[in-house]
Amino acid sequence: MRYMMLIHHDEPAMAAADQKQLWQDYAAFNEALNKATGASGGERLEPASSATTVRTSGEKTEVLDGPYADTKEQFAGYFFIDVPTLEEAVAWAKRCPSSRFGSIEIRPLHVPKGDWK
Amino acid sequence: MTGNEAVRTAERVARESYGRLVAFLAARTRDVAGAEDALSEAFAAALRMWPDDGVPDNPDAWLLTVARRRQTDALRRRQTRSAGEEHLQLMAEELDDAAGSAGEIPDRRLALMFACAHPAIERGMRAPLILQTILGLTAIDIAAAFLIPPATMGQRLVRAKTRIRDAGIPFAVPEKEELPERLDAVLDAIYAAYTKGWTETGDAAPELADEAIWLGRLLVSLMPSEPEAKGMLALMLYAEARRPARRDAMGAYVPLDRQDTALWDGEMLGLAEQLLRQASAGGPSGRYQLEAAIQSAHTARRLSGADTWPAILALYGHLERLTHSPVVTLNRAVALAETSGAEAALALLDTLAPDKRMEDYQPYWAARGHLLARLGRKDEAHAALTLAIGLATDNAVRHYLQEQVTKLTDG
Repeated sequence: MRYMMLIHHDEPAMAAADQKQLWQDYAAFNEALNKATGASGGERLEPASSATTVRTSGEKTEVLDGPYADTKEQFAGYFFIDVPTLEEAVAWAKRCPSSRFGSIEIRPLHVPKGDWK
Repeated sequence: MTGNEAVRTAERVARESYGRLVAFLAARTRDVAGAEDALSEAFAAALRMWPDDGVPDNPDAWLLTVARRRQTDALRRRQTRSAGEEHLQLMAEELDDAAGSAGEIPDRRLALMFACAHPAIERGMRAPLILQTILGLTAIDIAAAFLIPPATMGQRLVRAKTRIRDAGIPFAVPEKEELPERLDAVLDAIYAAYTKGWTETGDAAPELADEAIWLGRLLVSLMPSEPEAKGMLALMLYAEARRPARRDAMGAYVPLDRQDTALWDGEMLGLAEQLLRQASAGGPSGRYQLEAAIQSAHTARRLSGADTWPAILALYGHLERLTHSPVVTLNRAVALAETSGAEAALALLDTLAPDKRMEDYQPYWAARGHLLARLGRKDEAHAALTLAIGLATDNAVRHYLQEQVTKLTDG
Protein backbone atom coordinates (compact mmCIF):
# COMPACT_ATOMS: atom_id res chain seq x y z
CA MET A 1 0.00 0.00 0.00
CA ARG A 2 1.25 3.45 -0.84
CA TYR A 3 1.29 5.98 1.95
CA MET A 4 1.93 9.70 1.97
CA MET A 5 3.80 10.70 5.09
CA LEU A 6 2.94 14.26 6.10
CA ILE A 7 5.52 15.88 8.30
CA HIS A 8 4.39 18.44 10.86
CA HIS A 9 7.01 20.40 12.76
CA ASP A 10 7.00 22.20 16.03
CA GLU A 11 9.22 24.89 14.51
CA PRO A 12 10.65 26.34 17.77
CA ALA A 13 11.52 22.81 19.02
CA MET A 14 13.21 22.07 15.71
CA ALA A 15 15.19 25.33 15.82
CA ALA A 16 16.40 24.51 19.34
CA ALA A 17 17.85 21.13 18.29
CA ASP A 18 21.52 20.44 17.52
CA GLN A 19 21.43 21.39 13.83
CA LYS A 20 24.55 19.50 12.72
CA GLN A 21 23.24 16.30 14.31
CA LEU A 22 19.80 16.87 12.84
CA TRP A 23 21.06 17.25 9.28
CA GLN A 24 23.34 14.22 9.67
CA ASP A 25 20.31 12.25 10.81
CA TYR A 26 18.34 13.55 7.87
CA ALA A 27 21.11 12.68 5.42
CA ALA A 28 21.12 9.08 6.73
CA PHE A 29 17.33 8.91 6.63
CA ASN A 30 17.28 10.14 3.01
CA GLU A 31 19.90 7.52 2.08
CA ALA A 32 17.68 4.80 3.53
CA LEU A 33 14.60 6.21 1.86
CA ASN A 34 16.32 6.41 -1.53
CA LYS A 35 17.25 2.75 -1.33
CA ALA A 36 13.80 1.52 -0.29
CA THR A 37 11.72 -0.05 -3.05
CA GLY A 38 8.65 1.99 -3.94
CA ALA A 39 9.58 4.92 -1.74
CA SER A 40 9.96 8.33 -3.26
CA GLY A 41 11.87 11.19 -1.81
CA GLY A 42 9.91 14.03 -0.42
CA GLU A 43 10.14 17.76 -0.43
CA ARG A 44 10.78 20.16 2.38
CA LEU A 45 8.68 23.31 2.65
CA GLU A 46 9.68 26.83 3.70
CA PRO A 47 8.45 27.72 7.20
CA ALA A 48 4.72 28.15 7.71
CA SER A 49 5.19 31.92 8.06
CA SER A 50 5.75 32.03 4.29
CA ALA A 51 2.35 30.47 3.56
CA THR A 52 -0.58 32.11 1.78
CA THR A 53 -4.07 30.69 2.11
CA VAL A 54 -6.84 31.14 -0.46
CA ARG A 55 -10.50 30.32 0.05
CA THR A 56 -13.42 31.05 -2.27
CA SER A 57 -17.04 31.17 -1.25
CA GLY A 58 -19.56 32.12 -3.91
CA GLU A 59 -18.30 35.28 -5.59
CA LYS A 60 -15.95 36.09 -2.78
CA THR A 61 -12.28 35.18 -2.73
CA GLU A 62 -10.29 35.49 0.46
CA VAL A 63 -6.50 35.63 0.38
CA LEU A 64 -4.82 35.39 3.78
CA ASP A 65 -1.30 35.53 5.12
CA GLY A 66 -0.16 32.40 6.88
CA PRO A 67 -1.22 28.76 7.05
CA TYR A 68 -4.73 27.35 7.06
CA ALA A 69 -4.75 26.49 10.74
CA ASP A 70 -2.94 28.24 13.55
CA THR A 71 -1.67 25.27 15.55
CA LYS A 72 1.53 24.41 17.41
CA GLU A 73 2.66 22.05 14.67
CA GLN A 74 2.89 23.19 11.08
CA PHE A 75 2.90 21.23 7.85
CA ALA A 76 6.57 21.11 6.86
CA GLY A 77 7.10 18.48 4.17
CA TYR A 78 6.26 15.00 2.96
CA PHE A 79 7.55 11.75 1.50
CA PHE A 80 6.02 8.61 0.04
CA ILE A 81 6.54 4.96 0.95
CA ASP A 82 5.18 1.71 -0.42
CA VAL A 83 4.91 -1.01 2.25
CA PRO A 84 2.53 -3.93 2.84
CA THR A 85 1.29 -2.93 6.30
CA LEU A 86 0.54 0.02 8.54
CA GLU A 87 3.08 -1.37 11.03
CA GLU A 88 5.86 -0.88 8.48
CA ALA A 89 4.60 2.63 7.73
CA VAL A 90 4.85 3.36 11.46
CA ALA A 91 8.46 2.08 11.41
CA TRP A 92 9.28 4.55 8.61
CA ALA A 93 7.64 7.37 10.58
CA LYS A 94 9.85 6.46 13.57
CA ARG A 95 12.93 6.52 11.35
CA CYS A 96 12.15 10.03 10.11
CA PRO A 97 14.10 12.49 12.30
CA SER A 98 11.16 14.92 12.16
CA SER A 99 9.12 12.55 14.34
CA ARG A 100 11.21 13.83 17.25
CA PHE A 101 10.29 17.46 16.57
CA GLY A 102 6.62 17.18 15.79
CA SER A 103 4.56 14.44 14.23
CA ILE A 104 4.21 12.36 11.10
CA GLU A 105 0.71 11.84 9.74
CA ILE A 106 0.39 8.58 7.78
CA ARG A 107 -2.21 8.71 5.00
CA PRO A 108 -2.92 5.82 2.63
CA LEU A 109 -3.26 7.05 -0.97
CA HIS A 110 -6.75 6.76 -2.38
CA VAL A 111 -7.08 4.06 -5.01
CA PRO A 112 -10.01 4.78 -7.36
CA LYS A 113 -12.33 1.80 -7.50
CA GLY A 114 -12.41 2.05 -11.30
CA ASP A 115 -15.99 0.79 -11.76
CA TRP A 116 -16.60 3.28 -14.59
CA LYS A 117 -15.45 2.10 -18.01
CA MET B 1 5.75 -6.47 50.53
CA THR B 2 5.75 -2.89 49.25
CA GLY B 3 2.57 -1.17 48.08
CA ASN B 4 3.49 -1.65 44.43
CA GLU B 5 4.16 -5.34 44.92
CA ALA B 6 0.79 -5.77 46.63
CA VAL B 7 -0.91 -4.11 43.66
CA ARG B 8 1.03 -6.31 41.25
CA THR B 9 0.20 -9.48 43.19
CA ALA B 10 -3.51 -8.61 43.32
CA GLU B 11 -3.44 -7.89 39.59
CA ARG B 12 -1.71 -11.20 38.88
CA VAL B 13 -4.29 -13.20 40.83
CA ALA B 14 -7.12 -11.31 39.13
CA ARG B 15 -5.63 -12.00 35.68
CA GLU B 16 -5.04 -15.69 36.54
CA SER B 17 -8.63 -16.10 37.59
CA TYR B 18 -10.07 -14.05 34.76
CA GLY B 19 -8.13 -15.97 32.10
CA ARG B 20 -9.20 -19.32 33.54
CA LEU B 21 -12.85 -18.27 33.61
CA VAL B 22 -12.83 -16.75 30.10
CA ALA B 23 -11.18 -19.90 28.77
CA PHE B 24 -13.70 -22.11 30.55
CA LEU B 25 -16.71 -20.20 29.21
CA ALA B 26 -15.31 -19.68 25.72
CA ALA B 27 -14.39 -23.35 25.34
CA ARG B 28 -18.01 -24.30 26.10
CA THR B 29 -19.84 -21.59 24.18
CA ARG B 30 -17.25 -20.97 21.43
CA ASP B 31 -18.01 -17.31 22.06
CA VAL B 32 -14.85 -15.56 23.23
CA ALA B 33 -16.29 -12.03 23.09
CA GLY B 34 -19.39 -13.17 25.02
CA ALA B 35 -17.24 -14.78 27.71
CA GLU B 36 -15.22 -11.58 28.05
CA ASP B 37 -18.39 -9.48 28.26
CA ALA B 38 -19.83 -11.71 30.96
CA LEU B 39 -16.75 -11.25 33.12
CA SER B 40 -15.50 -7.80 32.20
CA GLU B 41 -17.30 -5.82 34.90
CA ALA B 42 -16.38 -8.28 37.62
CA PHE B 43 -12.75 -8.24 36.42
CA ALA B 44 -12.65 -4.43 36.41
CA ALA B 45 -14.07 -4.46 39.95
CA ALA B 46 -11.38 -6.95 41.04
CA LEU B 47 -8.57 -4.82 39.55
CA ARG B 48 -10.03 -1.84 41.41
CA MET B 49 -10.76 -3.45 44.79
CA TRP B 50 -8.28 -6.25 45.42
CA PRO B 51 -5.15 -4.09 45.69
CA ASP B 52 -6.73 -2.22 48.65
CA ASP B 53 -9.05 -4.84 50.16
CA GLY B 54 -6.72 -7.79 49.65
CA VAL B 55 -7.16 -10.83 47.46
CA PRO B 56 -10.23 -12.95 48.40
CA ASP B 57 -9.72 -16.53 49.58
CA ASN B 58 -11.33 -17.93 46.48
CA PRO B 59 -10.71 -15.46 43.65
CA ASP B 60 -12.59 -17.55 41.06
CA ALA B 61 -15.71 -17.72 43.23
CA TRP B 62 -15.51 -13.97 43.92
CA LEU B 63 -15.35 -13.13 40.20
CA LEU B 64 -18.14 -15.59 39.39
CA THR B 65 -20.42 -14.23 42.10
CA VAL B 66 -19.97 -10.64 40.97
CA ALA B 67 -20.36 -11.58 37.30
CA ARG B 68 -23.50 -13.54 38.11
CA ARG B 69 -24.99 -10.63 40.06
CA ARG B 70 -24.30 -8.18 37.21
CA GLN B 71 -26.01 -10.51 34.78
CA THR B 72 -29.09 -10.87 36.95
CA ASP B 73 -29.25 -7.07 37.16
CA ALA B 74 -28.90 -6.80 33.42
CA LEU B 75 -31.66 -9.35 32.88
CA ARG B 76 -33.96 -7.53 35.27
CA ARG B 77 -33.40 -4.23 33.47
CA ARG B 78 -34.51 -5.70 30.18
CA GLN B 79 -38.22 -5.18 29.57
CA THR B 80 -38.52 -7.27 26.44
CA ARG B 81 -36.99 -10.57 25.57
CA SER B 82 -34.15 -10.26 23.15
CA ALA B 83 -31.66 -12.48 21.47
CA GLY B 84 -29.08 -11.23 23.93
CA GLU B 85 -31.09 -12.49 26.86
CA GLU B 86 -30.88 -16.08 25.75
CA HIS B 87 -27.15 -15.71 25.51
CA LEU B 88 -26.90 -14.19 28.97
CA GLN B 89 -29.06 -16.96 30.37
CA LEU B 90 -26.80 -19.60 28.89
CA MET B 91 -23.82 -17.77 30.27
CA ALA B 92 -25.43 -17.66 33.71
CA GLU B 93 -26.06 -21.39 33.67
CA GLU B 94 -22.49 -22.04 32.67
CA LEU B 95 -21.33 -19.81 35.49
CA ASP B 96 -23.60 -21.64 37.93
CA ASP B 97 -22.19 -24.96 36.86
CA ALA B 98 -18.72 -23.63 37.30
CA ALA B 99 -19.54 -21.96 40.62
CA GLY B 100 -20.58 -25.36 42.00
CA SER B 101 -17.00 -26.49 41.67
CA ALA B 102 -15.26 -23.14 42.08
CA GLY B 103 -11.61 -23.56 42.82
CA GLU B 104 -11.54 -26.62 40.65
CA ILE B 105 -12.60 -25.02 37.41
CA PRO B 106 -10.91 -27.02 34.68
CA ASP B 107 -8.08 -24.98 33.25
CA ARG B 108 -8.87 -24.58 29.55
CA ARG B 109 -6.37 -21.79 28.95
CA LEU B 110 -4.13 -24.04 26.89
CA ALA B 111 -7.05 -24.86 24.58
CA LEU B 112 -7.85 -21.15 24.31
CA MET B 113 -4.23 -20.36 23.44
CA PHE B 114 -4.33 -22.94 20.64
CA ALA B 115 -7.59 -21.42 19.36
CA CYS B 116 -6.06 -17.91 19.39
CA ALA B 117 -2.96 -19.10 17.52
CA HIS B 118 -4.91 -21.20 15.00
CA PRO B 119 -3.63 -21.02 11.38
CA ALA B 120 -7.00 -19.47 10.39
CA ILE B 121 -6.20 -16.42 12.54
CA GLU B 122 -4.09 -13.73 10.91
CA ARG B 123 -0.51 -14.22 12.15
CA GLY B 124 -0.06 -10.68 13.44
CA MET B 125 -3.21 -10.89 15.55
CA ARG B 126 -2.35 -14.10 17.43
CA ALA B 127 -0.23 -12.42 20.11
CA PRO B 128 -2.70 -9.55 20.73
CA LEU B 129 -5.53 -12.09 20.96
CA ILE B 130 -3.71 -14.22 23.55
CA LEU B 131 -2.78 -11.13 25.56
CA GLN B 132 -6.40 -10.03 25.65
CA THR B 133 -8.18 -13.33 26.29
CA ILE B 134 -5.70 -15.00 28.64
CA LEU B 135 -4.44 -11.94 30.53
CA GLY B 136 -7.36 -9.55 30.14
CA LEU B 137 -5.20 -6.72 28.73
CA THR B 138 -7.21 -3.93 27.12
CA ALA B 139 -7.10 -3.14 23.41
CA ILE B 140 -5.64 0.25 24.36
CA ASP B 141 -2.69 -1.31 26.24
CA ILE B 142 -2.05 -3.82 23.47
CA ALA B 143 -2.30 -1.13 20.78
CA ALA B 144 0.29 1.00 22.58
CA ALA B 145 2.78 -1.87 22.69
CA PHE B 146 2.18 -2.93 19.09
CA LEU B 147 2.28 0.68 17.76
CA ILE B 148 -1.16 0.46 16.19
CA PRO B 149 -3.96 3.00 16.72
CA PRO B 150 -6.26 1.77 19.55
CA ALA B 151 -9.41 1.84 17.39
CA THR B 152 -7.70 -0.26 14.70
CA MET B 153 -6.46 -2.77 17.29
CA GLY B 154 -9.96 -2.96 18.79
CA GLN B 155 -11.55 -3.69 15.40
CA ARG B 156 -8.96 -6.33 14.54
CA LEU B 157 -9.48 -8.08 17.88
CA VAL B 158 -13.25 -8.13 17.38
CA ARG B 159 -12.79 -9.54 13.86
CA ALA B 160 -10.45 -12.25 15.12
CA LYS B 161 -12.92 -13.34 17.81
CA THR B 162 -15.78 -13.43 15.31
CA ARG B 163 -13.57 -15.62 13.16
CA ILE B 164 -12.92 -18.04 16.01
CA ARG B 165 -16.67 -18.44 16.38
CA ASP B 166 -17.66 -18.48 12.71
CA ALA B 167 -14.81 -20.49 11.22
CA GLY B 168 -15.35 -23.34 13.66
CA ILE B 169 -11.90 -23.06 15.19
CA PRO B 170 -11.57 -25.84 17.77
CA PHE B 171 -10.87 -25.23 21.46
CA ALA B 172 -8.56 -28.16 21.95
CA VAL B 173 -4.95 -29.16 22.25
CA PRO B 174 -4.14 -30.66 18.84
CA GLU B 175 -3.47 -34.35 18.32
CA LYS B 176 0.07 -35.64 18.31
CA GLU B 177 0.65 -35.48 14.53
CA GLU B 178 -0.50 -31.91 14.37
CA LEU B 179 0.98 -30.74 17.63
CA PRO B 180 4.51 -29.60 16.68
CA GLU B 181 3.32 -27.18 14.00
CA ARG B 182 0.41 -25.85 16.03
CA LEU B 183 2.58 -25.48 19.13
CA ASP B 184 5.08 -23.46 17.08
CA ALA B 185 2.30 -20.97 16.33
CA VAL B 186 1.53 -20.58 20.06
CA LEU B 187 5.23 -20.21 20.91
CA ASP B 188 5.75 -17.72 18.08
CA ALA B 189 2.81 -15.59 19.27
CA ILE B 190 4.10 -15.41 22.84
CA TYR B 191 7.66 -14.75 21.66
CA ALA B 192 6.38 -12.03 19.32
CA ALA B 193 4.81 -10.32 22.33
CA TYR B 194 8.16 -10.58 24.11
CA THR B 195 10.20 -9.14 21.25
CA LYS B 196 7.75 -6.23 20.97
CA GLY B 197 8.51 -5.55 24.60
CA TRP B 198 12.21 -5.97 23.91
CA THR B 199 12.76 -3.81 20.85
CA GLU B 200 10.25 -1.06 21.50
CA THR B 201 11.37 1.42 24.08
CA GLY B 202 8.01 3.04 24.86
CA ASP B 203 6.49 3.01 28.34
CA ALA B 204 4.33 0.00 27.56
CA ALA B 205 7.30 -2.10 26.43
CA PRO B 206 8.88 -3.55 29.61
CA GLU B 207 5.44 -4.45 30.93
CA LEU B 208 4.62 -6.36 27.78
CA ALA B 209 7.90 -8.28 28.13
CA ASP B 210 6.80 -9.16 31.67
CA GLU B 211 3.42 -10.39 30.48
CA ALA B 212 5.04 -12.50 27.75
CA ILE B 213 7.35 -14.14 30.30
CA TRP B 214 4.35 -14.81 32.47
CA LEU B 215 2.59 -16.46 29.52
CA GLY B 216 5.75 -18.51 28.95
CA ARG B 217 5.69 -19.72 32.56
CA LEU B 218 2.00 -20.53 32.22
CA LEU B 219 2.65 -22.54 29.07
CA VAL B 220 5.48 -24.49 30.73
CA SER B 221 3.22 -25.27 33.69
CA LEU B 222 0.42 -26.43 31.37
CA MET B 223 2.76 -28.48 29.12
CA PRO B 224 5.50 -29.59 31.52
CA SER B 225 6.89 -32.25 29.18
CA GLU B 226 7.19 -29.98 26.12
CA PRO B 227 10.89 -29.08 25.60
CA GLU B 228 10.27 -26.22 23.16
CA ALA B 229 8.04 -24.40 25.66
CA LYS B 230 10.91 -24.57 28.16
CA GLY B 231 13.36 -23.51 25.45
CA MET B 232 11.31 -20.42 24.67
CA LEU B 233 10.91 -19.45 28.32
CA ALA B 234 14.68 -19.87 28.78
CA LEU B 235 15.34 -17.69 25.73
CA MET B 236 13.13 -14.90 27.10
CA LEU B 237 14.77 -15.13 30.53
CA TYR B 238 18.31 -14.88 29.09
CA ALA B 239 17.34 -11.67 27.32
CA GLU B 240 15.39 -10.28 30.26
CA ALA B 241 18.24 -10.96 32.73
CA ARG B 242 20.45 -8.62 30.68
CA ARG B 243 17.90 -5.84 30.31
CA PRO B 244 19.37 -3.61 33.09
CA ALA B 245 22.76 -3.61 31.31
CA ARG B 246 21.51 -2.77 27.81
CA ARG B 247 21.58 0.98 28.39
CA ASP B 248 24.09 3.04 30.35
CA ALA B 249 23.19 5.76 32.84
CA MET B 250 22.77 8.23 29.96
CA GLY B 251 20.44 5.89 28.10
CA ALA B 252 23.05 5.02 25.47
CA TYR B 253 23.10 1.58 23.82
CA VAL B 254 25.65 -0.86 25.27
CA PRO B 255 26.57 -3.87 23.10
CA LEU B 256 26.71 -7.29 24.76
CA ASP B 257 30.50 -7.39 24.85
CA ARG B 258 30.69 -4.17 26.83
CA GLN B 259 27.82 -4.78 29.24
CA ASP B 260 28.57 -4.71 32.97
CA THR B 261 27.83 -8.31 33.91
CA ALA B 262 27.32 -7.27 37.54
CA LEU B 263 24.06 -5.70 36.36
CA TRP B 264 22.77 -9.01 34.99
CA ASP B 265 20.09 -10.80 36.99
CA GLY B 266 21.88 -13.91 38.24
CA GLU B 267 18.77 -15.59 39.57
CA MET B 268 16.99 -15.25 36.25
CA LEU B 269 20.05 -16.58 34.39
CA GLY B 270 20.15 -19.57 36.75
CA LEU B 271 16.53 -20.34 36.01
CA ALA B 272 17.16 -20.02 32.27
CA GLU B 273 20.11 -22.46 32.50
CA GLN B 274 18.00 -24.94 34.44
CA LEU B 275 15.14 -24.76 31.94
CA LEU B 276 17.51 -25.16 29.02
CA ARG B 277 19.14 -28.24 30.60
CA GLN B 278 15.72 -29.82 31.17
CA ALA B 279 14.63 -28.98 27.64
CA SER B 280 17.73 -30.40 25.97
CA ALA B 281 17.83 -33.55 28.09
CA GLY B 282 15.11 -35.21 26.02
CA GLY B 283 16.60 -35.36 22.55
CA PRO B 284 16.12 -33.34 19.37
CA SER B 285 16.57 -29.62 19.63
CA GLY B 286 13.99 -27.20 18.29
CA ARG B 287 14.42 -23.59 17.25
CA TYR B 288 13.86 -22.07 20.69
CA GLN B 289 16.19 -24.52 22.44
CA LEU B 290 18.92 -23.69 19.91
CA GLU B 291 18.43 -19.96 20.34
CA ALA B 292 18.46 -20.33 24.11
CA ALA B 293 21.66 -22.41 23.86
CA ILE B 294 23.27 -19.59 21.85
CA GLN B 295 22.34 -17.11 24.58
CA SER B 296 23.71 -19.51 27.18
CA ALA B 297 27.02 -19.63 25.28
CA HIS B 298 27.17 -15.81 25.07
CA THR B 299 26.51 -15.60 28.81
CA ALA B 300 29.24 -18.15 29.60
CA ARG B 301 31.68 -16.27 27.37
CA ARG B 302 31.14 -13.04 29.27
CA LEU B 303 30.99 -14.58 32.75
CA SER B 304 33.92 -17.02 32.52
CA GLY B 305 35.96 -15.54 29.68
CA ALA B 306 35.86 -18.86 27.87
CA ASP B 307 35.95 -18.68 24.07
CA THR B 308 32.51 -20.01 23.19
CA TRP B 309 32.44 -18.50 19.67
CA PRO B 310 33.06 -21.89 17.97
CA ALA B 311 30.05 -23.33 19.85
CA ILE B 312 27.94 -20.30 18.92
CA LEU B 313 28.95 -20.68 15.28
CA ALA B 314 27.99 -24.37 15.30
CA LEU B 315 24.63 -23.64 16.95
CA TYR B 316 23.83 -20.99 14.34
CA GLY B 317 24.69 -23.59 11.69
CA HIS B 318 22.09 -26.00 13.14
CA LEU B 319 19.57 -23.21 13.40
CA GLU B 320 20.18 -22.17 9.81
CA ARG B 321 19.52 -25.69 8.52
CA LEU B 322 16.32 -25.78 10.60
CA THR B 323 14.85 -22.38 9.71
CA HIS B 324 16.47 -21.32 6.41
CA SER B 325 16.13 -17.79 7.73
CA PRO B 326 18.36 -15.01 6.36
CA VAL B 327 18.33 -13.45 9.83
CA VAL B 328 20.04 -16.58 11.18
CA THR B 329 22.61 -16.47 8.36
CA LEU B 330 23.29 -12.85 9.29
CA ASN B 331 23.94 -13.87 12.91
CA ARG B 332 26.12 -16.76 11.82
CA ALA B 333 28.20 -14.30 9.79
CA VAL B 334 28.74 -12.18 12.91
CA ALA B 335 29.90 -15.27 14.82
CA LEU B 336 32.09 -16.30 11.89
CA ALA B 337 33.89 -12.95 12.10
CA GLU B 338 35.03 -13.95 15.61
CA THR B 339 36.35 -17.38 14.61
CA SER B 340 37.58 -16.87 11.05
CA GLY B 341 37.90 -13.14 10.57
CA ALA B 342 35.95 -10.32 8.96
CA GLU B 343 36.83 -11.35 5.39
CA ALA B 344 35.10 -14.75 5.71
CA ALA B 345 32.14 -13.15 7.48
CA LEU B 346 31.71 -10.57 4.74
CA ALA B 347 31.80 -13.29 2.09
CA LEU B 348 28.92 -15.01 3.90
CA LEU B 349 27.00 -11.72 4.15
CA ASP B 350 27.45 -11.25 0.40
CA THR B 351 25.36 -14.37 -0.17
CA LEU B 352 22.45 -12.51 1.46
CA ALA B 353 22.82 -9.35 -0.64
CA PRO B 354 20.44 -10.46 -3.44
CA ASP B 355 17.67 -11.07 -0.85
CA LYS B 356 15.15 -8.21 -1.24
CA ARG B 357 14.30 -8.39 2.46
CA MET B 358 17.80 -7.20 3.35
CA GLU B 359 17.22 -3.86 1.58
CA ASP B 360 15.67 -2.19 4.58
CA TYR B 361 16.75 -4.67 7.28
CA GLN B 362 18.67 -2.47 9.69
CA PRO B 363 20.81 -5.18 11.41
CA TYR B 364 22.13 -6.30 8.01
CA TRP B 365 23.54 -2.86 7.21
CA ALA B 366 24.90 -2.40 10.75
CA ALA B 367 26.72 -5.77 10.59
CA ARG B 368 28.02 -5.01 7.11
CA GLY B 369 29.28 -1.60 8.23
CA HIS B 370 31.11 -3.06 11.23
CA LEU B 371 32.79 -5.76 9.18
CA LEU B 372 33.88 -3.34 6.45
CA ALA B 373 35.27 -1.01 9.11
CA ARG B 374 37.29 -3.87 10.58
CA LEU B 375 38.76 -4.51 7.14
CA GLY B 376 39.67 -0.85 6.78
CA ARG B 377 37.35 -0.37 3.79
CA LYS B 378 36.35 3.04 5.07
CA ASP B 379 34.18 4.42 2.28
CA GLU B 380 32.08 1.30 2.00
CA ALA B 381 31.83 1.08 5.80
CA HIS B 382 30.68 4.68 5.91
CA ALA B 383 27.97 4.06 3.32
CA ALA B 384 26.66 0.93 5.08
CA LEU B 385 26.67 2.51 8.54
CA THR B 386 24.88 5.59 7.17
CA LEU B 387 22.12 3.33 5.86
CA ALA B 388 21.98 1.53 9.21
CA ILE B 389 21.54 4.89 10.96
CA GLY B 390 18.80 5.92 8.53
CA LEU B 391 16.96 2.63 9.09
CA ALA B 392 17.27 2.65 12.90
CA THR B 393 14.05 3.22 14.81
CA ASP B 394 15.73 3.34 18.22
CA ASN B 395 17.50 6.54 19.20
CA ALA B 396 20.07 4.79 21.42
CA VAL B 397 21.11 2.51 18.56
CA ARG B 398 21.24 5.49 16.19
CA HIS B 399 23.64 7.33 18.51
CA TYR B 400 25.82 4.26 18.98
CA LEU B 401 26.19 3.89 15.22
CA GLN B 402 26.95 7.60 14.84
CA GLU B 403 29.87 7.12 17.26
CA GLN B 404 31.13 4.29 15.06
CA VAL B 405 30.99 6.56 12.02
CA THR B 406 32.87 9.30 13.89
CA LYS B 407 35.59 6.80 14.89
CA LEU B 408 35.84 5.72 11.28
CA THR B 409 36.37 9.27 10.01
CA ASP B 410 38.79 10.21 12.82
CA GLY B 411 40.75 6.96 13.00
